[in-house]
Amino acid sequence: MNIGSIAMGAGFLLVLIGLWGILTRTHIIQIIVSFSVVDTGVHLIMVAAGYMHQRTAPIISEGLAASDAPSLVVDPLPQALVLTAIVIGLGVTALMLAFALRIHEKNDTLEIKNIERLRW
Amino acid sequence: MIRTFGIILTLIGVAFLFFSLFLEYETPLELSGSASYYAASTAEDTGSANLVSAIVVTYRGLDTLGEVTILFLTSSIMSYMLKTKKARNQRTFRESSELLRTASALLVPFIILLGVFIFVHGHLSPGGGFQGGAVLASALVLLLVADPLYTVQSRILSVIESSSGFLYVLLGLSGLLFGAGFLDSRVLPTGRVGELFSAGLIPLIYILIGLKVGTELSNLLSVFHSVQGQDLMEDEGGAR
Repeated sequence: MNIGSIAMGAGFLLVLIGLWGILTRTHIIQIIVSFSVVDTGVHLIMVAAGYMHQRTAPIISEGLAASDAPSLVVDPLPQALVLTAIVIGLGVTALMLAFALRIHEKNDTLEIKNIERLRW
Repeated sequence: MIRTFGIILTLIGVAFLFFSLFLEYETPLELSGSASYYAASTAEDTGSANLVSAIVVTYRGLDTLGEVTILFLTSSIMSYMLKTKKARNQRTFRESSELLRTASALLVPFIILLGVFIFVHGHLSPGGGFQGGAVLASALVLLLVADPLYTVQSRILSVIESSSGFLYVLLGLSGLLFGAGFLDSRVLPTGRVGELFSAGLIPLIYILIGLKVGTELSNLLSVFHSVQGQDLMEDEGGAR
């Protein structure tokens, strides 16, 4: 059980918790928070997939010559993808919050049970 | 009842899927094809010490341009959606404590300096344009917490944002003329790995991304902050 598989397990767990929150909560802000939890879980899974045991960060320095890099660094590709995913996640969250503000302006509540057109 | 049953069934199904994925996953011992190419030849190709920066800015530069575009779209959609003509409700704020006000005045220049440091050194150390931009925006959070009536100069923000976005595309096009293709960073000499003036266009592009992301996040914050309309200070009883 190394730190990579712990991080990956925690990521899967976070996705499950977030999914549970999205399906069961009825307050819009709580649903948005659940979306953010799913997001974090997915990022954690992706970074854990690029982790390799006993390797170092992908930055070339005095202690790490460029010629040795392929055998000493972790996978840099998932880290770059997660950087993109975090920014996109932020944009999506901001848009959801803007919609929530609009809904609150129109209905004076954020509880789905009290909003006629959002009930299911 | 059926709903609860369905939710439990969905969760169990997804959990089963995840668990089998988790059990089957084995940590690789070697870098995969593209990753080992990046690890071996990034320093030679681009002169960047930070491999992640080189991937984000050069190898997958088009993704990053799209990402910046998405952030820009978010910011403009929010400005459009949250634009309110009528001031619906008033908010009253307590005046923040002297500790917070003094500390924020003292710390904000250093926070901005840290943000600039992070995105200028994006090709040498962990960090880059997006991280530095987020740090820049956090300075605005501190200002707004310390003084809720602080008004953001959105005109300056939008000028910085649009000009840095325009320059980013222009630098990308210069790669088309002088380099190997769109967003190629080898327009300027790559220099020695690990020096501040190296890695071609990567530091310049990261500075522009940092400014753009910082101003966009600040714009988002100020839009959210100003959405409620008229603000009052509690003990003064009137807008300052």
